[in-house]
Amino acid sequence: MAFLNAWWLYAVVGIIFVYILLQSSIFLMKAIKRAKELKFTNDQIRKTITSSMVFSIAPSVAILIGLVTLSKIIGPALAAMRLGTLGAVTYELPTSLLVLESFGLNSGDLLNANVVVTIIWVLTFGCIPPLLIIPFFYKKMSKKMKAVKEKDSNWNAILMDALFIGMISAFVGFVLAPRTVSGETFISLLAILVLLSSMALIVIFGLLLKKFKWEWLRNYALPLSMVIAMALAIVYAGLGVR
Amino acid sequence: MLDWGLDNMRTYQDQIHIEGRYWMLGALALFISVPFILSLATGVWPTFQEFLPGFIATITVFWPVTTIEVFTFTPMLGVGSSYMAFVTGNLTSLKVPAALNAQDALGVEKGSEEGDVISTIAVASSNIITTLIILTGAILIIPLTPILELEAVKPAFDNVIPALFGALGFVYISKRWKIALVPLIFMALFFLFVPGSSGLVGIMVPVGVVISLTIARILYKKEMIR
Repeated sequence: MAFLNAWWLYAVVGIIFVYILLQSSIFLMKAIKRAKELKFTNDQIRKTITSSMVFSIAPSVAILIGLVTLSKIIGPALAAMRLGTLGAVTYELPTSLLVLESFGLNSGDLLNANVVVTIIWVLTFGCIPPLLIIPFFYKKMSKKMKAVKEKDSNWNAILMDALFIGMISAFVGFVLAPRTVSGETFISLLAILVLLSSMALIVIFGLLLKKFKWEWLRNYALPLSMVIAMALAIVYAGLGVR
Repeated sequence: MLDWGLDNMRTYQDQIHIEGRYWMLGALALFISVPFILSLATGVWPTFQEFLPGFIATITVFWPVTTIEVFTFTPMLGVGSSYMAFVTGNLTSLKVPAALNAQDALGVEKGSEEGDVISTIAVASSNIITTLIILTGAILIIPLTPILELEAVKPAFDNVIPALFGALGFVYISKRWKIALVPLIFMALFFLFVPGSSGLVGIMVPVGVVISLTIARILYKKEMIR
């Protein structure tokens, strides 16, 4: 299994990361240029970049937890590649375990090259549809969406909000789902408390923004609410909430 | 099928569609090359008996889910962001909220070109920081593992979803509570009472979207929202 730490594997993964960084940087520069043409100020653009980066830190660090777990199965280079590209830990981990199962193995077992190579084959081809659908069909889809938007701009605003509400309602409901830890199934009061704390925090930040005219808070209210609520999770857990 | 459009009068979005396709197909080629390189370098090729059980079990769930994700998330992300976000993944916990936060902070109309451009800036920035963090994590995995596995910080990282969707949820639910009521009640009942529902959130997102769109359309037609 020495290949999991071989230089050539890091080189392959490195090329993929450079590719992602290059694409993101080029799209960023093009979008900045267009934003200026659309009369957005440098300050608005700078704040958008900074707040998006700040917002992304906590969820990205959470991905590292998945990286630690997944790298025990497929090594750090491949785990980083898988978690940094299409998919998420919620796809990579169960799929890897599924392949292990088909070999009659568990995650703690000693793996061989055959198992790891099969996992990578399955992970790669198991989530491929978006990479085919978007290049071939997305332009047509977005033209149709544009036609709907142009037909009725009031409905467009409602449609966009309804899309987000659909996603949000699924995740708010998910927080209530019973979970099984060490064979015991329970509804996580901790998760519900964190959800409510995060809600309360965004209300507080909204009030502060209004009362003290702290315009900078407009960009940072969401990341701050999220990070403080995560910190509060540690406090609540310390108090015995689970 | 592909309109590679080479005329001079392209709009910004047309140009992004053209370049986005190249970037995405390039990413596809790179991703597919990894298992091939791995097999060529190690001399280990999976047999059909080893590959098929895991593959079939995976695509039965994930091909429909990822296909539906395209239709669910591309309208939320906009043109430029979609070509990036579907290369890097982590849509619900990173890319969509980043796009949403940036558009809301500037008060731009979602779905407009302004919204699209701001969403692209947000998702590109998010992509860069996430990629750098994952890269650093992979390189420093040995010293980082004991820190990331600390029992004391575990509750924080176990609760990213409620911490994120509490704040995000409040903003949208309070803004459009008439639309949010039915999908919220449906999801609460579903996740509370359906056994094993905690593993179904990916599938339930498009279900939530269909419900909220239907409710929104009915309320709009009845002029109960505007």
